[in-house]
Amino acid sequence: MKELSLDKTSNSAATITRDVPCPFCGILCDDLVIQNQGETLKILENGCPKAISAFETKLVATSPKINGTTASLDDAISAMSDILKNSRTPLISGLGTDAGGMRQVMHLADKTGGIVDHMHGDALTRNSLVLQDLGWITTSMTEIRNRADLIIFAGTDATKYPRFFERTIWNKKSMFKLKNEERQIVYIGNKLETKSGINPNGKRPSVLSCKTEQIGEVISSLHALVTGATLDVSKVAGIETKTLQSLADKMKAAKYGVIVWSPSELDFPHAELTIQNFCEIVKYLTRFTRFAGFSLSGNDGSTTANNVCAWQSGYPLRVNFNKGYPDYDAQRYSTRNALKNKEVDSLLWISSFSSNVNPPRASIPTIVLAKPDTKLNFKPDVFIPVSTPGVEHTGQLFRTDSVVSLPLKKLRESSCASVHSVLKQLIERI
Amino acid sequence: MYTKLTNGIVYDPVHGINGEHRDIYIHDGHITRKPLGNAKICKTYDLKGKIIMAGAIDIHTHIGGGKVNIARMMLPEDHATDLVEKTELTRSGCGYAAPSTLTAGYRYAEMGYTACFEPAMLPSNARQTHMEMADTPMVDKGAYAMLGSDDFFLRMLASKKDQAAISDYVGWTINATQAMGIKVVNPGGISAFKFNQRKLDLDELNQYYGVSPRDIIKSLARAVTELGIPHPLHVHGCNLGVPGNLDTTLETIRAVDGMRMHLTHIQFHSYGTEGDKKFSSGAAEIAEAVNKNPNISIDVGQVLFGQTVTASGDSMLQYAGHWHAHPKKWVVMDIECDAGCGVVPFKYRDKNFVNALQWAIGLELFLLVDDPWRIFLTTDHPNGAPFTSYPHLIRLLMDRSFRNDMLASINKEAAAASTLASIDREYSLYDIAIMTRAAPAKSLGLKNRGHLGSGAVADITIYSNNKDKEKMFSKPDYVFKDGELIVRNGKIIKVVNGATHTLRPEYDNGIEKSLKRYFEDFQTVSLGNFKIDDDEIVEHGNGRIIVQPCM
Ligand code: SF4
Ligand SMILES: [Zn+2]
Repeated sequence: MKELSLDKTSNSAATITRDVPCPFCGILCDDLVIQNQGETLKILENGCPKAISAFETKLVATSPKINGTTASLDDAISAMSDILKNSRTPLISGLGTDAGGMRQVMHLADKTGGIVDHMHGDALTRNSLVLQDLGWITTSMTEIRNRADLIIFAGTDATKYPRFFERTIWNKKSMFKLKNEERQIVYIGNKLETKSGINPNGKRPSVLSCKTEQIGEVISSLHALVTGATLDVSKVAGIETKTLQSLADKMKAAKYGVIVWSPSELDFPHAELTIQNFCEIVKYLTRFTRFAGFSLSGNDGSTTANNVCAWQSGYPLRVNFNKGYPDYDAQRYSTRNALKNKEVDSLLWISSFSSNVNPPRASIPTIVLAKPDTKLNFKPDVFIPVSTPGVEHTGQLFRTDSVVSLPLKKLRESSCASVHSVLKQLIERI
Repeated sequence: MYTKLTNGIVYDPVHGINGEHRDIYIHDGHITRKPLGNAKICKTYDLKGKIIMAGAIDIHTHIGGGKVNIARMMLPEDHATDLVEKTELTRSGCGYAAPSTLTAGYRYAEMGYTACFEPAMLPSNARQTHMEMADTPMVDKGAYAMLGSDDFFLRMLASKKDQAAISDYVGWTINATQAMGIKVVNPGGISAFKFNQRKLDLDELNQYYGVSPRDIIKSLARAVTELGIPHPLHVHGCNLGVPGNLDTTLETIRAVDGMRMHLTHIQFHSYGTEGDKKFSSGAAEIAEAVNKNPNISIDVGQVLFGQTVTASGDSMLQYAGHWHAHPKKWVVMDIECDAGCGVVPFKYRDKNFVNALQWAIGLELFLLVDDPWRIFLTTDHPNGAPFTSYPHLIRLLMDRSFRNDMLASINKEAAAASTLASIDREYSLYDIAIMTRAAPAKSLGLKNRGHLGSGAVADITIYSNNKDKEKMFSKPDYVFKDGELIVRNGKIIKVVNGATHTLRPEYDNGIEKSLKRYFEDFQTVSLGNFKIDDDEIVEHGNGRIIVQPCM
């Protein structure tokens, strides 16, 4: 939906676009109203600080570079194709792109025998391991919005998803007449920012403080309590047993409870076991009432990358195509391990949403496709500035619940090509 | 520029051609009449002794969308023994029960299929379904939008909105999601499960809305009729897999009162409760009801033995079935106050009484339903078995002695409880051409597919006649898609994308006003972003949209 309006401060007409999906975190709010005046964007309605800083950065003019020297896009793509043609196993990582870009990534990886991983691959893998071991019961944003009467934030406060509470929890209306005051919010974890969890009527959330690494232990104790067992200790991870008992009672009494976790924030060894604890208590409670898990993630297109990888290769991310068929190994083919164990001999890094991430340093030929304002701390062999999906070109992106995807809009012109188009041209030359 | 197929034996049930020698001419992607004397024939295929049929059409196969992708991600062990290397032409992939999209497309084409329909596209997941279908090469695609547990519809039904408004909503959904039909899964039950109901029979009420599956089916069937959607309401009924569900199925047939209805994977809905094990075949009663009611069509959802994964929108019954998961892992998901899904891996064992009887019930249904125009060959891929087992299934239908050999190898009690041994019927090539080509095309309203007459799209499959029908149908000699040769000797020689079939039923767009408000009040996406425009499918989807006419 585009409208023209005359901006009072200048003579040129500004374009206003409504219902803009924001690609800058995994919850993809799609209610932004954004004005484009002379290719400068301004959020007029909705958005959050994260969205403002991302949408409102000025376009910077950069051109592709080969070894730090300005080059044409065509030459840069040729240089890229030379590197990849001579590479036995390229590592294609970062993968901050939309579905269209990711489709080309998969084609390229297949063609060049490369390994694919995402910059948030550790977080994705924590979830994948749980899915592949015992599975889970999960839910999506509209269900939480209308149905959830008990929401437990385990090891996350959702501040990396600034509008999560606004968009899914504190609503004016809900389908089943669930009132805000009937919703209970609980946090479990370390130094969480719990302000957002305060009910509009003033009721404060329950907060159970423990170290992040101990959340799994807390959940296991809750699991024992919901089965009717008693604990013969007075505290678990510093939390009073009677506090746990009261939460266990709330969980059993909930009509539709949700445990929210953020895999990137559970950053300690074997955190997948903690996620599995969440999923197993959810399964147990579902024998009597309804409960579900919800993973908050999906920044930098990670949910998109994982899904496209799965449908095109059969496996979630961390796939190696070097043998001519997809070979999946979530540990061995992580960016870190592939570099450390010298499984790869070139690196193609892609980041078209965030300009503040640097690729890992490696002494192998390195190609970077990134936003033009990216401040790299080294000179890659080839640098190609790329446009941002949902700002400078259309596309599709998956939301964190891995079921809803949204059509991204083009809001302004950019002189940079999209990841999709760069890779498409590249594939034609290999 | 004409291509001529000469000396072949043609099976084209739409034109009543049952194994006759006919020449076929292809021009510009279509089948044409014999050209005038001076027209240039560029290529002639001498098909002496070979069998010619239209390209096969799978009316119900879970090839794309959220639950299939969950199955892929969950089951690396499904893929590890089924790795597919890239070739000069084709991309790599993997998977047995839950193959990657590209692999699925290649395998379908190599089996002589030229169109596949994804039966369970959740409106809230439609974009992903289309992306996956676009990445399924070789075949044409299409999908049925799933309604019946979505809050908007249930709300309308509960507040007794008039049928015209409901039909408008159904029409809007088809347009917004680029669908080819409407499916209902465990009507109202997916929603009821979210309110903690664990079963919902045809006349039980969804506690929140106070409506029954019967109300839902009738309303949706009427909407489909009023909108002129060619394919009848595609119904995955109540009580899937529950012993005794035979009665529910018979009652469901009565409920629509002569309106057209397609009952899908009916094998899973044809169970009685007789015998020591309280599990028996209801195939005879179901077949009789299908035979008597010309408004009903079915597909079977045949079970074949081995490891597979069940992926269904029926979260309620997938949850109930999770105790039988093999390996022991499973997923259930509630989705957007719209729908849900459940993914449970499963191994059908020939020595297990229940599994063996399920196998027999499917075959009984195939053999007891008289009219091949109203029964379609499916395994409900991957729920009963992967689609790659179709040639084996065709052999079971065409070859009685093979069938009886298999029957002798299954669980003895199950074999004894089945009437299969007493059924002599063998399907003919003509019957197979009906149930895998002509009938699905007719049911879907694909006027220029599923036959070989002049004007048809040149989707053609050519087999060498072989006594072993499994061999014959596994490896066609030639497959033409839109007039191009894409498969020779069961191997891909050219990669094409295939198109997406959609409908554009007419409806009163006034409904969008209430929908817009509804989305603003309750949903987490806006109405405009919910809808899928043509560009999305065409631009990044390598696709082409074919709008099929409504009736
Ligand atoms: S919360 Fe996330 S998706 Fe929403 S506006 Fe902020 S950055 Fe964008
Ligand atoms: Zn099905």
